[in-house]
Amino acid sequence: MSEKLIDSGNNAAAMAVQLAAAEVIAAYPITPQTPLTEKLSELIAAGKMDAEYVAVESEHSALGVCIGAASAGVRAFTATSSNGLLYMSEQLHWAAGSRLPLVMCVVNRGIGAPWSVWNDHQDAMSQRDAGWIQIFAKDHQEIVDMTLKAFRLAELVHIPVMVNYDGYYLSHTYMPFELPDAQTVREFLPTYDYAHTLDPEKPESLNTVTLPDARNDINGVKQPGYMDIRHNLHQEMRLALQVWEEIDADFQQRFGRGGTPILDPYRCDDADFVVVAMGTLANQFHDVVDRLRDEGLKVGVLALQIYRPFPTAIIAEALQSVKAVLVYEKGLSYGNQGALYADLKSALYPYPNRPQLHNFIVGLGGRDIGTEDLYQTLKTACLQEALGTPEQNDTPQWIGLQL
Amino acid sequence: MPDSRFKVLTSASTSGPGDAGRTGSWRVERPIIDYSRCTPAKTGKASCHLCWLYCPDNVVSKTLEPKIDLEYCKGCGICAEECPVKAIEMVSEEQFVKGGEDE
Repeated sequence: MSEKLIDSGNNAAAMAVQLAAAEVIAAYPITPQTPLTEKLSELIAAGKMDAEYVAVESEHSALGVCIGAASAGVRAFTATSSNGLLYMSEQLHWAAGSRLPLVMCVVNRGIGAPWSVWNDHQDAMSQRDAGWIQIFAKDHQEIVDMTLKAFRLAELVHIPVMVNYDGYYLSHTYMPFELPDAQTVREFLPTYDYAHTLDPEKPESLNTVTLPDARNDINGVKQPGYMDIRHNLHQEMRLALQVWEEIDADFQQRFGRGGTPILDPYRCDDADFVVVAMGTLANQFHDVVDRLRDEGLKVGVLALQIYRPFPTAIIAEALQSVKAVLVYEKGLSYGNQGALYADLKSALYPYPNRPQLHNFIVGLGGRDIGTEDLYQTLKTACLQEALGTPEQNDTPQWIGLQL
Repeated sequence: MPDSRFKVLTSASTSGPGDAGRTGSWRVERPIIDYSRCTPAKTGKASCHLCWLYCPDNVVSKTLEPKIDLEYCKGCGICAEECPVKAIEMVSEEQFVKGGEDE
């Protein structure tokens, strides 16, 4: 039986991992992720979850343990935030290159220096090129559903998946959500079977020095070189978008929720101006959009649910004929622009009637994102389609600075 | 199991000589086995073979007189380190170079 609960986002994630029957959990506590790993250790200690909890001395080791577990054919899970994710960085690339189907929750938080324990997306964005699939949840229900779907995706495409959700906004707030029926989850998520599971009866060398060129192995079988392996990762990550849609459709059939695996639009149908944002920020825009709609402006907000692989064609098709696209994001590539903005601009470039694009940086290190600020900046951007020279238009505007 | 549309290319191979290319050219020191001290060679029994077990490139044969495939031995010296009777000596490759300037 499914169950309706009111609980925190971290507990929602832990209960999803319990339902997914992960067998190895290795995590190092870091704010605001800590209650998630605490909950998992409680569930294991109480015998409510048949898994091994491996206490580690760092995030680097946490992912190392998960890499080992997944290589041995075991469903593994870890979670982190902020500098913990950065400490894992080497292992993130390793897990992706090894094509291990891991799932990790990243409870998004600003990165030091200076120290910040509050929310933004700089941690996840800094790891966008690691070869992981990155999805972003907007509420507790999405944390549960996306985590379950993430295991299925990772195990079908053999690429690790990072489930992102906003620190505090979701991790520590209480919200109603439905926890799916365990038996139905088991049918949705069958046992994990890895093609290269470590087996003493069939010894293999995994990810040893791989030469630049393809070559024959000792059995005379042609083996790919490094570049071929990486090209395959890229190609199959692109193909994973389609699998993500198929998984969502299957999930919707079994559990009655879904339908927006890649883009989640709100009042976008006839919109001239569309806000693009990820995570809770997209939900916050619902009120702003409603208010501007009441004033007669044709505005909508498009939540991007999956950032890597970037749904280039899908999002470009959705936005190619609007007047302007307003990208609000909680992170940027220092010395350039917001990463999401740059990706969107690049996706829209081939379209002759591409819209104007504007970039807004908000909420770094937990700086309060005032709905009034969102309203004012969005309204201004809508009323003045061209703000200035192309260079001025292309320069990110920082919202809420207190300089 | 992965979806059939996915090839999932990884670097997974059966360990063996040449697994990492012609690594013999990397060698600066060559292992030389003194069969008068080597346990299986001396006793005529299939025993010890720690050099065979520890070789990371799988280039030592499991024979009464263990042989090392110099085409792929990269000269790491692990066999010499592990040999319990110190029958393996690492000798500089310079000793084997012919046609030096003086000749």
